[in-house]
Amino acid sequence: MLRRNMSDLSSVSIPPPPPSWRHVGRHGVFPAAGHDDTARFDFLANLNSLLASEVLPRVRDAYERRAVPAYTEAHGHPPRDRREAHEALKGERLWQTFSALRRCSMEMRQQTGRTLVLKQLPELIAKAHAYNEGASTLKLDPTIEQPRYASAVDIHCMPGGYHAELVPDDVSAGANYDSGLFATTAGMLGRFSDGGGRAVAAWLKREYPDFRPRRILDVGCTIGHNVVPLAQAFPEAEVIAVDTAAPVLRYGHARARSLGVHNLTFMQANAEALPFPDQYFDLVTSAMFWHETSAKALPRILKEIGRVLAPGGLTLHLEQPQYTPEMPLFEQAMRDWDAYYNNEPFWSVMHELDLKRMLLEAGFRGEDYFETTIRALVDRELFPEAGQGQEDYGRTPMWIAFGAWKRG
Amino acid sequence: MDLDPLLLGAAPAKGKRPWFFSDPDVERLLNVVMALAMELAVTRQRLDALERLLEARALLPREAIEGFAPSPEAERERQLMLREFQIRLLRIFLQDAQRERTPAESIERIMKELAEGSGP
Ligand SMILES: C[S@@+](CC[C@H](N)C(=O)[O-])C[C@H]1O[C@@H](n2cnc3c(N)ncnc32)[C@H](O)[C@@H]1O
Repeated sequence: MLRRNMSDLSSVSIPPPPPSWRHVGRHGVFPAAGHDDTARFDFLANLNSLLASEVLPRVRDAYERRAVPAYTEAHGHPPRDRREAHEALKGERLWQTFSALRRCSMEMRQQTGRTLVLKQLPELIAKAHAYNEGASTLKLDPTIEQPRYASAVDIHCMPGGYHAELVPDDVSAGANYDSGLFATTAGMLGRFSDGGGRAVAAWLKREYPDFRPRRILDVGCTIGHNVVPLAQAFPEAEVIAVDTAAPVLRYGHARARSLGVHNLTFMQANAEALPFPDQYFDLVTSAMFWHETSAKALPRILKEIGRVLAPGGLTLHLEQPQYTPEMPLFEQAMRDWDAYYNNEPFWSVMHELDLKRMLLEAGFRGEDYFETTIRALVDRELFPEAGQGQEDYGRTPMWIAFGAWKRG
Repeated sequence: MDLDPLLLGAAPAKGKRPWFFSDPDVERLLNVVMALAMELAVTRQRLDALERLLEARALLPREAIEGFAPSPEAERERQLMLREFQIRLLRIFLQDAQRERTPAESIERIMKELAEGSGP
């Protein structure tokens, strides 16, 4: 038990440690890991969890006690928006320590995952090949280019981003992403990091028991961990997942196959120009995708979604919560951390967009818009703490699900 | 495949790296310390696994380690090991402390002193 302030007796114990990476969901292309790699991921998950539960609240105290008064002194007014709050934090030592450790932890996570994966890359490629060869459910198109917003910097500080190919048939970006996600999120998304997709599927079944989409599209699917639950929830549906990056598609396809999912096609395509006829899908989804696009691309993508959606169909998106005037500036500034320091260049702007207006401008109607809060649905037996735990701004297993029905 | 997984694994991410401390060298050091801490944690976990496996195979009960009573000779050696470890680890601080006792002169001053008398 770690003692805090004596006056703060309501919270004298730190949250239980995150589940060991040993419990991560394995499948046919999951990288093999020995004792030491497991211990490295466990070290990192614990470090993140400690930073979130023990250091972040003290950064908030320091913000109020020191950073705001110092900023006010220098500028004649307290921080008025999250950018000014960010400026105020930059001079605060505790924020510097928190940030230096968090950045360090992100970089160590990348090194751990990549080294683990690259050491066995030929084996991983062979495993993926065994699932992918000749499959009509994997459609790669080498003419697809990576958009500028996906390649200007390496997102999440993943060297090579989602798309770099070190060798032909490379799957390393997918395997690295898959292996580290469980540690970065302290297991709170579930063994297969699919808590978001499972929650969406359950929400759809509960709220719209009669909704039976015949065709489903997921855009920006990465390794497909959040679309697999949808394919499982609607086994009769034909599900298509698109992404611009080939390594994650190869890996995602093999992963889905090995998990016994066969109604899911992975296709290399750009969401700004979807290669589907009008009104082709009854459901179009995305998860944590909007923030990795751009102000120019997003309206184009939404128009495309509106076009391929059939009348009576639904489009549904998951994102971290938007910045609202009610959200404290400190929280906003800390949620912006990943934008500046974890290479998420559209995160900050995206999270202040008027989501409803974005969809209206793409042709949807105001009365057909909805927005709700969704929490990760994970294996409570393995993770009794999942979905509760501490707030790690920007990384909590809680999202807004929003979207619109298309008029029939 | 002619790829070095170790060097590739440690590749930098595209994009300028932010530094948070006023002195980036201090932050670099922090990164080394954290890497060291991680590898130490890995080693401790490995030792723990070893102890538990030995115990599970009835080769060595864990109390044997917890209650380990070294001979006087072994005890002295172990204490010396700790001392040596700490001196290695804390060298820089110990040296600072030493200099506090006998203030050191700057090399420039000595250079000047030794150069006195030599002239063109
Ligand atoms: C944050 S990831 C999405 C993660 C995933 N959907 C999930 O459930 O967590 C963003 C993905 O979008 C892809 N992407 C970016 N721009 C795209 C575009 N214009 N069309 C299709 N995919 C795109 C990237 O390659 C990346 O894999």
